[in-house]
Amino acid sequence: MKAKAVLTKELFWDALAQTFVKLKPNVQIKNPVMFTVWVGSLLTTGFWVASFFGVSDSGMGSGFILAVALWLWFTVLFSNFSEALAEGRGKAQASELRKTRGEVQSLRLKTADWASAGETVGSSALHRGDLILVEAGTLVPADGEIVLGAASVDESAVTGESAPVIREAGGDRSSVTGGTKVLSDRLIVRVSADPGQGFLDRMIALVEGSARKKTPNEIALTILLVALTLIFLVVTATLLPFSQYAVAQSGSGKVVSLTSLVALFVCLAPTTIGALLSTIGIAGMNRLSAVNVLATSGRAVEAAGDVDVLLLDKTGTITLGNRMAHEFLGAPQVEPSELAQAAYLASWADETPEGRSIVTLAKRQFHIPSPSFAGKEHKAIPFSAQTRMSGLDWNGSAYRKGALSAIEAWVASLGGRFPEQVRGLADAAARAGATPLVVARDAQVLGVVVLKDIVKQGIKDRFADLREMGIKTIMITGDNPMTAATIAAEAGVDDFLAEAKPEDKLALIRKYQAEGHMVAMTGDGTNDAPALAQADVAVAMNSGTQAAKEAGNMVDLDSNPTKLTEVVLVGKQMLITRGSLTTFSIANDIAKYFAILPAMFLVTYPGLAALNIMHLSSPASAILSAVIFNALVIPALIPLALKGVAYKAQSAIHLLRKNLLVYGLGGLALPFVGIKLIDILLTGKV
Amino acid sequence: MNDLLYYLVFFVVLTAAAWPLGRWVAHVFEAGPEGVLKALRPVEHFLIRCTGVRQSSLHPQEMDAKQWIGGVMILSVVKIGVVFLLLFFQDRLPFQNLINPQHFPGVPWDLALNTAVSFVTNTNWQNYGGESTMSYFSQMAVLAVQNFLSAAVGIAVMAALFRGLARRETRALGNFWVDLVRINLYILLPLSIIGALVLASQGVIQNFAPYLTFSTLNGAKEVLPFGPVASQEWIKNFGTNGGGFFNANSAHPFENPTAFTNFLQTFSILLLPASFVFAFGRLVGDLRQSWAIYGVMVALFTCFVVPTYLAETSPPAHAVSGVDWSAGNLEGKETRFGVGPSVLFNLVTTATSCGAVDAMNDSFTPLGGMMPLLLMQVGEVVFGGVGSGMYGMIAMILLTVFVGGLMVGRTPEYLGKKIESFDMKMIVIAVTITPFLILSGTAVATMWHWVPSDMNNPVPHGFTEIFYAFSSMANNNGSAFAGLNGNTHFWNLTGAFTMFVGRFGVIVPVLLLAGNLAGKKVNAPSLGTLPTHGVTFALLLIFFVFLVAALNFIPGLALGPIAEFFQ
Repeated sequence: MKAKAVLTKELFWDALAQTFVKLKPNVQIKNPVMFTVWVGSLLTTGFWVASFFGVSDSGMGSGFILAVALWLWFTVLFSNFSEALAEGRGKAQASELRKTRGEVQSLRLKTADWASAGETVGSSALHRGDLILVEAGTLVPADGEIVLGAASVDESAVTGESAPVIREAGGDRSSVTGGTKVLSDRLIVRVSADPGQGFLDRMIALVEGSARKKTPNEIALTILLVALTLIFLVVTATLLPFSQYAVAQSGSGKVVSLTSLVALFVCLAPTTIGALLSTIGIAGMNRLSAVNVLATSGRAVEAAGDVDVLLLDKTGTITLGNRMAHEFLGAPQVEPSELAQAAYLASWADETPEGRSIVTLAKRQFHIPSPSFAGKEHKAIPFSAQTRMSGLDWNGSAYRKGALSAIEAWVASLGGRFPEQVRGLADAAARAGATPLVVARDAQVLGVVVLKDIVKQGIKDRFADLREMGIKTIMITGDNPMTAATIAAEAGVDDFLAEAKPEDKLALIRKYQAEGHMVAMTGDGTNDAPALAQADVAVAMNSGTQAAKEAGNMVDLDSNPTKLTEVVLVGKQMLITRGSLTTFSIANDIAKYFAILPAMFLVTYPGLAALNIMHLSSPASAILSAVIFNALVIPALIPLALKGVAYKAQSAIHLLRKNLLVYGLGGLALPFVGIKLIDILLTGKV
Repeated sequence: MNDLLYYLVFFVVLTAAAWPLGRWVAHVFEAGPEGVLKALRPVEHFLIRCTGVRQSSLHPQEMDAKQWIGGVMILSVVKIGVVFLLLFFQDRLPFQNLINPQHFPGVPWDLALNTAVSFVTNTNWQNYGGESTMSYFSQMAVLAVQNFLSAAVGIAVMAALFRGLARRETRALGNFWVDLVRINLYILLPLSIIGALVLASQGVIQNFAPYLTFSTLNGAKEVLPFGPVASQEWIKNFGTNGGGFFNANSAHPFENPTAFTNFLQTFSILLLPASFVFAFGRLVGDLRQSWAIYGVMVALFTCFVVPTYLAETSPPAHAVSGVDWSAGNLEGKETRFGVGPSVLFNLVTTATSCGAVDAMNDSFTPLGGMMPLLLMQVGEVVFGGVGSGMYGMIAMILLTVFVGGLMVGRTPEYLGKKIESFDMKMIVIAVTITPFLILSGTAVATMWHWVPSDMNNPVPHGFTEIFYAFSSMANNNGSAFAGLNGNTHFWNLTGAFTMFVGRFGVIVPVLLLAGNLAGKKVNAPSLGTLPTHGVTFALLLIFFVFLVAALNFIPGLALGPIAEFFQ
């Protein structure tokens, strides 16, 4: 999925068709503000028709009534169009996702073993708990958990990432997503969702807008808008008796026309925000899926805007993958090159990134050649939880590397002595935040390989931005506190949790929540699931386990933990857009009063001409200009509603000042200019 | 220049007095008295036992929002009934010679109902002249008692809202009956006793003598009314009640004899509303909030004082030749006060929900008369009535925080409490119920009065009078524009309805809001939180107060005072 342009030809025509479909009253009633405009349009159309049958609306010409009615209809249509456009964009994204969801045949097994008998069924017949066999070269028919086997899987259909990934039973990489393709080997998968209920199915429905529910904040805002609409209804409705009273008492002038009362009401009602409110919500979800994050609900996106504590795993998020060998520190009377050679050998069979980085460094610094195994007996010793060492037996010697305590025990068991200087070197390295690995050849300790974390580029600036926004970053790591402190300082996080176990994470989240913070985190493992469930915003990596994905409320298809910050931005932007347009919409009303009120009451109180500060040409053109402005503002703001108000990291008070200036004062001033311009265009008179 | 100094001194004195009083009020809300007033503890305990509340020394049984609403409504409805009966039968009560020396007849049913609702709702709208309708008993034992109780109800509701904001994850909002007793015993009564004595020392009368009949120099018979004035004069202002003993209210020399008492009365009207601002900061543990709110209130008030003062002191464009304008527009004002203090008094009385007057708004210039009207229409947020001012202001703040909070990209929160849809519902009801009543009431009145017999002025001035009357009643203010004969079935009944809904239509949602807020947890503030104490927020709040008022009332104002001004 790529970010789409705001408008393509195809989207435009689809949206245009939807615009008219949405005129149905059962659709309109869902948006109370626009429903009142819809009713107003019907009413004025009725007045226009009635004017041909001799029913006069306080002497207003039928041309004027028609013009007002038409522009009120336009107001409704513009609102429909903006919503249809946002939905269209969502549908376009959803259909791309859905392409991966075609009907796929697979073998349903009776028991979870390779020899089990089975029957061929379509993916739509698969239910939660079914066991299926997926062979190489076929599509995975449904979301599920691998129970047997390991395979390389192409997930590009979902993630856009072309490199295949390994999926295997047990551990943190045991989930498969429907629509991905098994490239090699075969898998037995337990289906985890009923047809159409898969994780992606649900998310696609959300992106599309069909399953969209109003978010809590949207509901609260709707209440405010409905209240404003009601009070403006009262304001305009009471003007009729006020006007009748004034005319009866003063014996001069004419009672206001119903058409101009409807026009005034529509201008006052918060139509701008009312028309764009749902668009903003849909567009927010779209923006999120455009960065390849799918949310389970709009509520989660909204909550992201409130987050003020971010828990970030060190590895992969703050630092580049794994620790890298950085330096060889030889023991007394041991040349660094000798140490490097031994470290090379001890790491020769070690396929972990740490092991590879030691080999690389040894080659680069000392040009250590590859060991020759010709005629020499060799045996790789893999890392085990008991010895906590790995290494190689080669040419009659045993090469080992491991943590200080592990090597100390090993040397002691061979009757050797652990040199104090090496202990000093290791401690110094640990104090500096690095990981010391001690290397020994038989009972002789050769020295220390220093492994260091490499902090990702640009991450420090990102954290500074977050701090400016009032968001605290906390690094979670299994490292010892000293190591953690160094990296924390280097990366510029606000705090860290060292030697973290999964339950510590959960406890930390609870602690922050109890203090009144909103916590966001990312996770992928099954052991992250409780913490993900507890966090207010939990982004699960798509590469993670099914348990993690179910516990989180968003899934990052790219499995990039840094994405969390973008999620927060999208959440904030959505709220800011709502608030700004609400302020703009209400502030607009003042100018409309100055346009419409003198026009309405001029005949009763000629002195009110003094309020016509815009010097609009005639009462009819004044009312019409206000109505047209009110309608045109909606399409003019559609791009803003779709893209969101520009937002860069800054503190609340700066943001408030800026938005208040632009949308508050701008909202006060702009309609004066706009209405005047429209009046000039309509009448040709300045 | 002298007037400017007068205003400055006024606000310095007010602030200096409101600060310590706010501290004391917070004490009373939290625990009860200390120092000298501690001696009243046994009285407090006795009274609280009378209300039936079980109390273990300092920790009375607390009530949740619904119980609060029950308490407030039962008390108020019962009070309306009792006041109605006592007024209706004021000529049938025993000891007539002592308590009703003028032998006034019973108050007609519609007027008695209007008056009962008026005094119970802290409105004190008076469709009668006190000295020609009410017996001494009715004045002292019936109406003045309501001056204390209705003020205390407003203050107690405010205390519940303060607690709702200060507490976390609870349903308890304190105990209504305990608050009622403490507020009267430790705040209203002691200060009213002192105040009444000071006023009496300045010449405010206090007697039970029959009215004095005397002959004027040209032989006409005149009646000089007397009565126990001083004892209810102070609470009339202090409790922002406003129901005067005499029809002329604080313009009457027996109520308000000197320039000093005039200053004191103006001061006493604002004293409690101002001190509650500081009590709020102490209760929620953040005095910066208090200063922001106080600053907004003073700034808003200044926005009204300046144009009113200018309108009343500058000669109009069509000034009648030969009229001396050097002292300003003195029509309807008392020369012993002058224009400056009269302007201040009438703005203070409409800013709060007091409604006492020392000059007649009807005789103000069109713009000068519009200001008190507008000041009522912005709602009780510029100091406001006792209690009602702060709870009205907090509703307005929450509304502002909601829109402002969105603009900074967070779910809006005030003092760490998230504003969610239930809160929003309560806030919009509390904020829009008064405009709704004002507009629909005025509309009904204009439809009813196509050929008005009780209107003394033609449009647009007559329209302003109706508009003013409903603005005053819906906001529980009680000040009248005059020029309107209110003692008719129509006005008495629509008035009673408007005052009742204007009071309890706000109190009920405010209490529900308080209950809902109390149940929330408190979110920790961060740089990303909208700060509600700075200048930016204060300006935003002022912007919203004016915006909401303007949007609701510009059309009505255009047809009233504005049309009159441009005539």
